[in-house]
Amino acid sequence: MTAKQLASELNLQFKEIVSGPMEFRGELTLEVSDASRIADVCQFTKEELGFDFLADLTTIDNYEETPRWTAVYHIYGYEHGCHLRLKTSVSEEASELPTVSTVWRTANWHEREAYDMMGIRFAGHPDLRRILMWDGYPYFPLRKDFPLAGKPSEMPDVAFSDPAPLEGGPFVTVAADDDSTRREPRARNIEG
Amino acid sequence: MAATQQLEVKDSAARSAQAVDDLQDLQGEKMILNMGPSHPATHGVLRLILELDGEIITKADPEIGYLHRGDEKIAENMTYNQFIPYTDRLDYLAPLANNVAYALAVEKLLGIHDKLPERCQYIRVICCELARISAHLLGLGAFAMDVGALTVFLHTFTEREKIYNLIEALTGARFTASYTRIGGLSRDLPEGWTDELAKFTKEVSTAIAEADKLLTRNKIFVDRTRDVGVISREDAIDFGLTGPNLRGSNMEYDLRKAHPYLVYDQLDFDVPYGEVGDCYDRYLVRMEEMRQSVRLLDQCLAKLPGGPINVDDAKIILPDKQKVLSSMEELIHQFMLVTQGQDAPVGEVYFGAENPKGELGFYIFSKGGGVPYRLKIRAPSFANLSILSHALPGHMISDVVAILGSLDFVMGECDR
Repeated sequence: MTAKQLASELNLQFKEIVSGPMEFRGELTLEVSDASRIADVCQFTKEELGFDFLADLTTIDNYEETPRWTAVYHIYGYEHGCHLRLKTSVSEEASELPTVSTVWRTANWHEREAYDMMGIRFAGHPDLRRILMWDGYPYFPLRKDFPLAGKPSEMPDVAFSDPAPLEGGPFVTVAADDDSTRREPRARNIEG
Repeated sequence: MAATQQLEVKDSAARSAQAVDDLQDLQGEKMILNMGPSHPATHGVLRLILELDGEIITKADPEIGYLHRGDEKIAENMTYNQFIPYTDRLDYLAPLANNVAYALAVEKLLGIHDKLPERCQYIRVICCELARISAHLLGLGAFAMDVGALTVFLHTFTEREKIYNLIEALTGARFTASYTRIGGLSRDLPEGWTDELAKFTKEVSTAIAEADKLLTRNKIFVDRTRDVGVISREDAIDFGLTGPNLRGSNMEYDLRKAHPYLVYDQLDFDVPYGEVGDCYDRYLVRMEEMRQSVRLLDQCLAKLPGGPINVDDAKIILPDKQKVLSSMEELIHQFMLVTQGQDAPVGEVYFGAENPKGELGFYIFSKGGGVPYRLKIRAPSFANLSILSHALPGHMISDVVAILGSLDFVMGECDR
């Protein structure tokens, strides 16, 4: 069974909501238009089509576009050796998807990571806590509106967000618009 | 007279469910034990919160994220070549293999994955297999050390030192190699390097045989690892285990065979796999994988072709420095590549490579231009560790170190 055949079987089963497949570099992508049924689609791929391995689950922030979130599922079947990619989108207001951790247990951590990094909740998840950041961290760092430099947070006991200890000190180059010779520690210390 | 109760110790699969029930009457309060994040057996900064009933674990909750650096966020803000040094710091025991996996993923996106010159592909295979030997030597050494066989670690580290010398001669750095470039390699093999490598493959074979003698039939080692931490094939697949941990659970699956990349389909090697899926099987799989890697290295050395190491595409590979200084066109290419990076098409790809720890996958979602819109790293250690809360309960507390050692994870990759 080829990936194309498997994809068309999935199309047939969920006619109204699954569209595609689109092919790029030999990889097939199927869009699921109704995000609330993604778990059913996944259940079907596992039970009927033999996709027993969830290789990866991730999310994309389509910042300033609607719907804002896209979830991406990479599934693989050891028996037939075919990959498929399922994508589904969900609006910022909803920000919630049904969990697939009941289908593949590996999704448990992947979904916790998606929640931690993007702030998308997974309904029915047994243990939806932050996983990489600490409990109580107020932001979702992989969102496009979160700055690369980070934001200060009010948790001095867990991690500090003050300037680095030596910043502004005599041996540290400052980041500024000046040219590099002026930014050098030696250049600054002449005056002081 | 105090009543003594006989407890029958069965095999570990039965132990997990039975032991807890049997002890229900005897138990007092349960105890919470915190292990890590800084503990010699957690190989980095893994923290385990264990709930204990006497010496038996009833609940395990792994806490990760102590080494989280936001690599995926960083990747969204730089060109494809600029991210290569960050891949060194994922599985920092096998930087070369990460470099290769990442370069292959980006090349797939750019559509140049089938245009790589032969020599480049062979050198990349050499890199991957050197990295595998290096990672497994450390993994096995540390595993043996955790269960009480200290000597092996010293032997394997001597061999790793030789690998580091080879990597230093090849890339200029011992640890953070950053050797690949999108579309090729940062430099060709230095003169005499292949002879050094040939010498090394002979020496390391001896060393592997020595480690094998020290461990494989070592009574204490076997007692500590056999039937401990049994992971069934179904569980292994369901929890997304990959690499030696999956193969240990009686699953003959290797990405190098199932979906060959580079020149793996032209090379001859076997895929070892275990039977029961206990710590001992995972140990045996890694041991055999090293021997197969040595085989692969020898074949690569015999077959290594000449020719260029980079794709012939001025929009992918930096031009020769001499030409940049003397010719307008090369100067423009250099400028465009350095300031804007390779112009990737709109699209998305996923590429998974068989790394020492398992399937390291990169998912790149591109909206065009030189910077990925989203880059997701599918880290094998992340998925491999997620099984802990399922695999640990029912075991004795002293088995934790054996199970952790046999899973052979790296936190740099798990936390990203």
